[in-house]
Amino acid sequence: MDNLFVYLEIEDGVVADVSLELLTKGRSLANQLGCKLEAVAIGDNLGTVGKQVFPYGADVLHIFDDKRLSPYTTLPHASILVKLFKEEKPQICLLGATVIGRDLGPRVSSALGSGLTADCTSLEIGDHEDVKTKKVYKNLLYQIRPAFGGNIVAWIVNPDHRPQMATVREGVMKKEIYSPIYAGEIVEHNVDEYVSDEDFVVSIIDRHVEKSKVNIKNASIIVSGGYGVGSKENFQLLYELADVLGAEVGASRAAVDAGFAEHERQIGQTGVTVHPKLYIACGISGQIQHIAGMQDSSIIISINNDPNAPINNIADYVIIGDVERVIPKMIKYYKKNTK
Amino acid sequence: MTFNIIVLAKQVPDTRNVGKDAMKADGTVNRAALPAIFNPEDLNALEQALGIKDQYPGSKITVLTMGPVRAAEILREGLFRGADDGVLLTDRAFAGADTLATSYALSMAIRKIGSFDIILAGRQAIDGDTAQVGPQVAEKLGIPQITYTEEIQKIDLQKVRVKRRLENGVEIVECPLPALITVNNSARACRPRNAKLLQKYKHARTITERQAESIDYIDLYSSRPYLNLNEWSVVDVDADPKLCGLSGSPTKVKKIENVVFQAKESKRLTESDEEIDELMKELIRNHTIG
Repeated sequence: MDNLFVYLEIEDGVVADVSLELLTKGRSLANQLGCKLEAVAIGDNLGTVGKQVFPYGADVLHIFDDKRLSPYTTLPHASILVKLFKEEKPQICLLGATVIGRDLGPRVSSALGSGLTADCTSLEIGDHEDVKTKKVYKNLLYQIRPAFGGNIVAWIVNPDHRPQMATVREGVMKKEIYSPIYAGEIVEHNVDEYVSDEDFVVSIIDRHVEKSKVNIKNASIIVSGGYGVGSKENFQLLYELADVLGAEVGASRAAVDAGFAEHERQIGQTGVTVHPKLYIACGISGQIQHIAGMQDSSIIISINNDPNAPINNIADYVIIGDVERVIPKMIKYYKKNTK
Repeated sequence: MTFNIIVLAKQVPDTRNVGKDAMKADGTVNRAALPAIFNPEDLNALEQALGIKDQYPGSKITVLTMGPVRAAEILREGLFRGADDGVLLTDRAFAGADTLATSYALSMAIRKIGSFDIILAGRQAIDGDTAQVGPQVAEKLGIPQITYTEEIQKIDLQKVRVKRRLENGVEIVECPLPALITVNNSARACRPRNAKLLQKYKHARTITERQAESIDYIDLYSSRPYLNLNEWSVVDVDADPKLCGLSGSPTKVKKIENVVFQAKESKRLTESDEEIDELMKELIRNHTIG
């Protein structure tokens, strides 16, 4: 009872980074609360999951191993979590803010009547006093997230309902081994006690999952474009510069919405959070929702013909000029100076 | 073969193009400065519904929204684009609802609408970006959900086949009806308003809207019943007020902070050859690149 649970996302027996990041965060929150950290693995071919998650500090690993549970579908995974949570009564449940986590989390929260906060960028423990009743709640989970297109940050609490549920995007929390020899306990569950035949009415006819070719999360240099780049054709310039520098290409939400770049390149609160050593922002005005996803870059260069673009305030170098003229010059002088 | 389709839609402030006047001097959001729009992904959902109706004429599309009276604007927008009916769920008791209380209210309205084969909704709304209301409505109704949908490929009275967009790929899923489907912005864009429908429905109003306007048109609404937009309260949908609005919301907002970024002292350059050359030399010298 009252422990902290993390739902593990698993593909081909491998636990996703986002889940390991949540275990790392969960471990530090559990230490603060003095409770156990428990992980839930639902799927097929889960033999090595224990080895993968115990070094991150999981005290208990719940295993639900059944061929029918992989690939993920909503209903059986939701049924398992709902029943498990009714039995175990966790105080907190964390899920990745991924396609799976954002499909599963709300279904489970609705069934349990508990609150869920999506896409948290920070999680903390603290007390809360209800403004009206003056009742004081000890050690609640502060679920901190951007709202309103990133223009404000909201601190959300769930005073009266358990578990306090939150999703977090990949890359927002740090993944860190807690102890390489940490020993947890494995609890194998009988899947049939948790699911019914009706949970399997949705069938997956076909599925193409590819390892993403885009790896902006771990890139050390990112050339990123905004709406100001102007067109998909102009984005080619960014690829050319990225190619020369050994960089990845990123994009703002506005550029993605305009069809200049693929969704998986989106950087910001509704995309990926990055912290490269060099971030070159091309024609990006710098809406808060974008800046929040890249402000931790070591060096920021902004190329913009608007001297007052908000992003210039956080840039180390501001080049006032046209992306179409500046990038070819950067390529030219990079080549000249590295010869 | 015809289908009863419900489209869940939300009127949202357009947070995508936040101008300089969007924040007040005290740092709070100036809602009045942001235009209220039909949530973009709800339009993608409406288009999927219209696609079903194209294929199976006689299918009926009802747009359901919860919000203040002015949210009726998006019901008309739905009618202009090809929907058949609109329902506005509005009541002070719904105010302050989080996603769970919202999904409860919507599910009660859907029960009042009665028979449906498929419910379509945008994946998420741009003011909150939570993507929670769709799955929560599905759970409350006890029907399956399919999220992140890009295309409805096939539908018959028993089941629907859809293509989903995952982070790194696609999935083709088959699901029995009734079901709730949420639609991504990678799905095809919604068709524009239809001039004939605009003429037909431009005077469509909810009862509160009519009361606020002149009564010159009173005959219009009795002779053309399709101009009466449904307006339902907590009582109309038989909802428990304790489960609605603020009191029905397990999540509470503890505080709101404004986002302030630490400004840096930046070096300003022009696009001249000399300055770009110097910049690249500096970045190579300090091992940032190269």
